[in-house]
Amino acid sequence: MTTSAPMIEITDLRVRYGQREVLKAISLEVRRNEVLGIIGPAHSGKTTLLKVINRTIDDVPGAAVSGTVMVDGTDVLQVKDVFALRRKIGMVAPLPVGLPLSIFDNVAFAPRMAGVRDRRELEERVERCLRQAALWDEVKDRLDSLGTRLSGGQQQRLTIARALSHNPEILCLDEFSIAIDPVTTMRIEDVLKDLRSSMTILLVTNLVQQARRLSDRTAFLHNGELVEVDRVEVIFSESPASRKTYEYVNGIFG
Amino acid sequence: MFRATPLTRRKQASELLAQAVFLLMTVLMVLPLLLIVGYLFYQAWPILSFEFLLSNPRHGMRAGGIWSPLLGTVYLVVISLATATPIGVLAAVFLNEYARENWFTRIVNLAVVNLAGVPSIVHALFGLGAFVLAAGLGKSILAASLTLAIMTMPVIIASTKEALAAVPMAFREACWNVGATRWQTIWHVVLPNSVSGILTGVILQVSRAAGETAPVMFTGAVFFKAIEEGNPFAYRLSDQCMALSMHLFTISTQVPDVPRALPYGTAVVLLGTVLAVNALAILFRVRLRSRRKW
Repeated sequence: MTTSAPMIEITDLRVRYGQREVLKAISLEVRRNEVLGIIGPAHSGKTTLLKVINRTIDDVPGAAVSGTVMVDGTDVLQVKDVFALRRKIGMVAPLPVGLPLSIFDNVAFAPRMAGVRDRRELEERVERCLRQAALWDEVKDRLDSLGTRLSGGQQQRLTIARALSHNPEILCLDEFSIAIDPVTTMRIEDVLKDLRSSMTILLVTNLVQQARRLSDRTAFLHNGELVEVDRVEVIFSESPASRKTYEYVNGIFG
Repeated sequence: MFRATPLTRRKQASELLAQAVFLLMTVLMVLPLLLIVGYLFYQAWPILSFEFLLSNPRHGMRAGGIWSPLLGTVYLVVISLATATPIGVLAAVFLNEYARENWFTRIVNLAVVNLAGVPSIVHALFGLGAFVLAAGLGKSILAASLTLAIMTMPVIIASTKEALAAVPMAFREACWNVGATRWQTIWHVVLPNSVSGILTGVILQVSRAAGETAPVMFTGAVFFKAIEEGNPFAYRLSDQCMALSMHLFTISTQVPDVPRALPYGTAVVLLGTVLAVNALAILFRVRLRSRRKW
């Protein structure tokens, strides 16, 4: 795992929204098939970091980005075909978003947009992704009903199934559990444990214990600066490199 | 435990009062409408018949029907909306979905809002100058329809933008996140979920296009013109036509000794035409809305 080239290699990444600098010279690498937890208080730049990686930062008015973000050997900031880039990356937003389509169409959306027309292949993919997201058994008899009618926790798993539907190599989750109950959260965490062997996972979370449970390494962002990134055992030990990390992780500030 | 205190009794009383006031206002609003429609029908009743619809005005418009102005209005409304709707909707899609906030879009947005508030007589003068004279269309159905299109387009743009903006941003972001292009997102998610709102805006413009007198008076509508009765293709685009709104104006104020029922009949038909077109659009919208997804 540590021997191969990193999946994501961020060097000197700076992002400004107008005058406000939200990411200050971040350098960070994410190894292939690891789970990197990203923790930090609100407004520390966690979401912005994910937006840079799949270039949805382009849609944020007034955002200025500099530095390099190599994903699998390509600088995403130079990428011309952002749509191909985004198909390499699965993104799960904080609030569950069932598209106003049927459950089947929700998951088949990305493959269809990428040009998959074959019904059999679509059916296979939908089933596989729904199984991976631990939703298949609950919805297999009503794939034609609306995705928006599912409960919040089910919609979040639907969102994960959709994020997996274009066979991404990287899965980014942005505080996926803030709108769902603890039981569903644990179910999704189990899902992520199953997925970690087959893809690189970036887990932005405001629950430090979630990062502790799931990640191989954890990065701590604060005010747009990367305070430190290290193995979970170190970050959550009595003596991480930075005193701030210790205080945040133990709820003394933040 | 749950006995009413003086405070709760006061609250209940003010609640009742509020409901009564709101109900009264609602009735006050509906009452004039019912009275108008009822009075129109009462006055027009003796004259209403298919014969009235399908025959031209006769005897200096003191007798006969309203076939010629009815068909003219249908032409004007259909052609103007067929022109204004696609342009307006596409412009709104651009403004809401593609355009970045900059001086150009700010000016366009400002222009749209202001054009929507321009009096129809000004549009009429513009149509006269631009279509009738400069473009050389002459006074014709085409020139009048285009004038009406110019008049209705800003409102269609504004209402379409409103409908598009009502689609949650999260839907778009979810689509972009899986690698869908802007157009794919618009076509598969945004438009299907805003089409009923878009139609509402268009529906409202039907009555405006049918009802306005000034724009067509300058650009294509005439005092009197007889056409082949019962033939829905009796007008050509380059013809001048009669229009219900102008016909109503004419027989109410310009022609002496018109039987009382005639203007009322015309008004009923004008109302009926608008309602018929609206009903079609509303039916379509109800069908779309029953498939609304969130």
